[in-house]
Amino acid sequence: MSTSTSTSAPDPGSGSGSGLGPSRAPHSDVPTSHRPEDGRVGGGLFDPRQLLKSFPDALRKLDPRVMVKSPVMFVVEIGSVLTTALAISDPGDWFGWAITAWLWLTTIFANLAEAVAEGRGKAQADTLRKAKTDTVARRVVGRGEERVPGTELRIGDLVVCEAGDIIPGDGDVAEGVASVDESAITGESAPVIRESGGDRSAVTGGTKVLSDRIVVKITTKPGETFIDRMIALVEGAARQKTPNEIALNILLASLTIVFLLAVVTLQPFAIYAGAEQSMIVLTALLVCLIPTTIGALLSAIGIAGMDRLVQRNVLAMSGRAVEAAGDVSTLLLDKTGTITLGNRQAAAFLPVEGVTAVDLADAAQLSSLADETPEGRSVVVLAKQTYDLRERAQGELTGAQWVPFTAQTRMSGVDIVENGAARKIRKGAAGSVVAWVTERGGRVAPDAHTLTDRISQEGGTPLLVAVEDGAGARVLGVIHLKDVVKEGMRERFEELRRMGIKTVMITGDNPLTARAIAEEAGVDDFLAEATPEDKMALIRREQAGGKLVAMTGDGTNDAPALAQADVGVAMNTGTSAAKEAGNMVDLDSNPTKLIEIVEIGKQLLITRGALTTFSIANDVAKYFAIIPAMFAVVHPGLDKLNIMNLSSPESAILSAVIFNALIIVALVPLALRGVRYRPMSADRMLRRNLGLYGLGGLIAPFAGIKIIDLLISLIPGIG
Amino acid sequence: MSPVLAGVLQLLALMVALALAYRPLGDYMAGVYSSPKHLRVERWIYRAVGANPATEMRWPAYLRGVLGFSLVSVLFLYLLQRVQGSLPGSLGFASVDPDQAFNTAASFVANTNWQSYYGEQAMGHVVQTGGLAVQNFLSAAVGLAVAVALVRGFARHRTGELGNFWADLVRGTVRILLPVAVVGAVLLVACGAIQNFAGIHEVGQFMGGSQQWNGGAVASQEAIKELGTNGGGYFNANSAHPFENPNGLSNLLEIFLILVIPLSITRTFGRMVGSVRQGYAILAAMVGIWVVFTALMMWTEFRHGGPAFDLAGGATEGKETRFGIGASSIFSVATTLTSTGAVNSFLSSYTGFGGGIAMLGMQLGEIAPGGVGSGLYGILIMAVIAVFLAGLMVGRTPEYLGKKIGTREIKFAACYILITPALVLCFTAVSMVMDTPLNSLTNSGAHGFSEVLYAYTSGANNNGSAFAGLNADTQWYNTTIGIAMLLGRFLPMVFVLALAGSLAEQKPVPMTAGTLRTDKPLFSGLLVGTIMIVAGLTYFPALALGPLAEGLAS
Repeated sequence: MSTSTSTSAPDPGSGSGSGLGPSRAPHSDVPTSHRPEDGRVGGGLFDPRQLLKSFPDALRKLDPRVMVKSPVMFVVEIGSVLTTALAISDPGDWFGWAITAWLWLTTIFANLAEAVAEGRGKAQADTLRKAKTDTVARRVVGRGEERVPGTELRIGDLVVCEAGDIIPGDGDVAEGVASVDESAITGESAPVIRESGGDRSAVTGGTKVLSDRIVVKITTKPGETFIDRMIALVEGAARQKTPNEIALNILLASLTIVFLLAVVTLQPFAIYAGAEQSMIVLTALLVCLIPTTIGALLSAIGIAGMDRLVQRNVLAMSGRAVEAAGDVSTLLLDKTGTITLGNRQAAAFLPVEGVTAVDLADAAQLSSLADETPEGRSVVVLAKQTYDLRERAQGELTGAQWVPFTAQTRMSGVDIVENGAARKIRKGAAGSVVAWVTERGGRVAPDAHTLTDRISQEGGTPLLVAVEDGAGARVLGVIHLKDVVKEGMRERFEELRRMGIKTVMITGDNPLTARAIAEEAGVDDFLAEATPEDKMALIRREQAGGKLVAMTGDGTNDAPALAQADVGVAMNTGTSAAKEAGNMVDLDSNPTKLIEIVEIGKQLLITRGALTTFSIANDVAKYFAIIPAMFAVVHPGLDKLNIMNLSSPESAILSAVIFNALIIVALVPLALRGVRYRPMSADRMLRRNLGLYGLGGLIAPFAGIKIIDLLISLIPGIG
Repeated sequence: MSPVLAGVLQLLALMVALALAYRPLGDYMAGVYSSPKHLRVERWIYRAVGANPATEMRWPAYLRGVLGFSLVSVLFLYLLQRVQGSLPGSLGFASVDPDQAFNTAASFVANTNWQSYYGEQAMGHVVQTGGLAVQNFLSAAVGLAVAVALVRGFARHRTGELGNFWADLVRGTVRILLPVAVVGAVLLVACGAIQNFAGIHEVGQFMGGSQQWNGGAVASQEAIKELGTNGGGYFNANSAHPFENPNGLSNLLEIFLILVIPLSITRTFGRMVGSVRQGYAILAAMVGIWVVFTALMMWTEFRHGGPAFDLAGGATEGKETRFGIGASSIFSVATTLTSTGAVNSFLSSYTGFGGGIAMLGMQLGEIAPGGVGSGLYGILIMAVIAVFLAGLMVGRTPEYLGKKIGTREIKFAACYILITPALVLCFTAVSMVMDTPLNSLTNSGAHGFSEVLYAYTSGANNNGSAFAGLNADTQWYNTTIGIAMLLGRFLPMVFVLALAGSLAEQKPVPMTAGTLRTDKPLFSGLLVGTIMIVAGLTYFPALALGPLAEGLAS
């Protein structure tokens, strides 16, 4: 029963309780410079100047060896080369030059999209590189130490780092405790504590020791350190196409072939009809038909998706993991830090009969002043907030003898002598306080038991407050300590349920407590008294049913489960074993972020689907522009298809080509930012996106092409 | 009653009849392909061909069965025609030329039934009944088998096994096609279709001169011709011939036979994947396209677009007066949307748009409702593509019926949708630049182009109907259309079975609120949109130079 729980017994999984220095509690909400608007997956920033800055990169990507990776845009490039040659052979033909210019622009715009996406990662990489300055390591040799370049360290080497030293490589603290500045990789300036043993032993190369001395056991080879991998990831150098991206590429390639066939075979038909077409017109038609919009933006969407994670300080070790995040149907969430605030907090004062609530609160506050644990502080705060009892400083009460909390007594309190009368107040775990009262011949009010039992059943932790004064020893009442569910979690889980995602709360608490919190937070299921084996079994069970599972973890004992999960997010504060096992690392070590990661994964897929649909729907309008322009000469009836009433055949074809090029630039921000995502059911989401990108894609080009045609017709000598 | 109203009422009567047959036939077919029991006659057949119907086949084995059986069928049919001259019961007809024999063999085995010969002047009783009619059953049963294999791919988990081809082939023939065809044939005879083994009658004509009339097992072949979405007529005039299709009632019955299996098989599909609603969603897409196409066809044919049309009450040229414009339009749409290819009117005489509707109907890929079996697997491939695009838009790796649509699946689907456009467009293009093929055209301009485009569209999509006007009995057309029919039939089957194998190996993905619902009207609409966009975009330029140019000219 939780009545025996002491106020400061470390909550399983919270990891706090070492009481060392200015520690960054690993599971608390750490303010970061990258906090997204109220946690919802929003847009990244897009600055039009990035387009200009990335222009040289876009030109460099015209290399056919690079272009061939995107079959659609490779076809456009070949088309551009072809029309260039034709334009050169007939230099007097303005139309040929205009088409040629816009085809090249189409190719360059596509490259630009990718370059901009990569450019954002590059800036981040440069910052990281600065951290990766050449370090000199103090390697332990026998009893002495030698100074070697950081690049010569091998796995298993022990190095000494003292205040002011840059840690030369990734490793685990083998000995000692130190505060470390990890701002180089996390962007967070508050120092963190790293100590040997336990779940906070991992240190990262490139970070700086601020105080004390530690001995680090190197765990990675030079060149493969966390910082190296991070640089490669954000630069996109290590980017491999994800399964879904490959599948989409195949579909796009097959559509390209279909349109290639349609255009190539059109010439014989045209010759038969007596309207042979120039190669320039046919190339223009082909480029307009093949799905250039999505072809141009596909890789930018992928890079930007990774980048959106990086902006939230999450490093995905593979794009595959980001995609899998969108498919997750079960989320395993640690209770502490994710669902509840880090620690139990006092929620109510429940006096026994004959005692007023104010008296109880006063006694509780006095007895807690010497209790530095978070629970103790929360009692003081609650008394102040609810009964307006001023927090008294310890020195204020003369003659008071403070009894600090210890794990042995499991009580804190104070002995006061006021006006000659001695008063002893104690607060602590029910068992200890009851023992304390009975020892002194006092009585425990019967309703005190009723109250403690009720609190336990509700999943809370009861603390008893007792006093011994002239009237003898007696229990005044009970403090209700409970886990406080973070604000907005219930709504969050409600949204997840609508998205079809099941949430499972993982906790070390007993089933009773776990159920109470699970009900309050609104999770679908919980795993109480969870051991690493239980977690593993749960993941396997879910996966056997075809579900994809996501979880967070930080400890070495989480490593197998992290590796087994489809999306395993390791906390940066965790052990290197955990970071190795997971496929994402959260630099902020904020487990709530798992929900955002899922949303980013979904957003990535939605953006791809939406732009593909848009791209294909665009073709309808282009046909209505180009086909009459090509054949109305021989089949005047086809001019009825010119529903946009474009001014001339040349202008019609050129307008379609220009629209096709400009729409790429226009959609770059969308590709980088991602389609706006709101949690809703699949049906509603489909309806919305089909309307927006399917219907929109059908209609928008009619307007766009008409406007461009109007502008072109204004140019003298053309319209 | 106005002819328009008569047409609409016939369409409604047809829909009622099809609706009544939907559940019993669909459920019965599901039972046929799921039952562990064998009929005695089936056991005899298995023993005769040396097949073990209990062996489960993975997709390569299943495919080997399909291809091997079809190859033997082509060879048999080819040889039968080549030796016709020496066979008894051949009405004195000579052996068929090699190129035409190849074309006909390919055509009937590929369930296309494109005919470059005149039935009553080239094929005797033995070839007609012993060769062509038999293939009418078997080629349809092969299509059913492949469709069922794909459905099993969706329904089964963690196994690569797709059933047994021989069992599926035999059961489809013995338990589904034969009984329904027998009933159909009897009803057709009751309507006045002929069924005999009589010889050639010399008949005098009203205007003087004489005419030759053949007898033959016409009603029986007619029934399976429609039921198996084959379409090869006993006579050259096909279902316009009064011996094949004597009156309005037989006409309606034939349309019913054309549509009944392709539509009801969606119920079979729903039953086998464990959710009849999934079948309804597919059915809704099929029926939606079919009804809209029929309405458009009736509209364009009834429309009075000139003095001659005004006088005649619509585009009556080339249509039998005993059917009229309404029944002819319904028949033409049903036959071109189902890979049947039977005709009861002269498609070349339809309005420009009318010909275009018939052509687009085939170019959709014969999926609304499509051929027996092939319609289902065709539309399921389109569903996979639709799910892939739409699934992305709901933020999940796309999945259909609990199976993930990943790289492998999309690769097979993408290859599938490439085949027929490639065949149609390439062969038409080559024909348009060569002199010899162009000599076969009997019209110039856009209509002449339509003739060639129609021929390859019909062949590659295994429809078999002819626009007429094109003299297709040349070495060039016999050979190229023959190749188009074989590749257009069997290459897609390779990818369908590969896809089925890949799906069957997967473990199922459970449905959640985040899963795209594929049993809702929204999905049916999405499916129709995908079909129309993919086919429309592929063929729009070609259609613009043929039927559209013609239709918009007036």
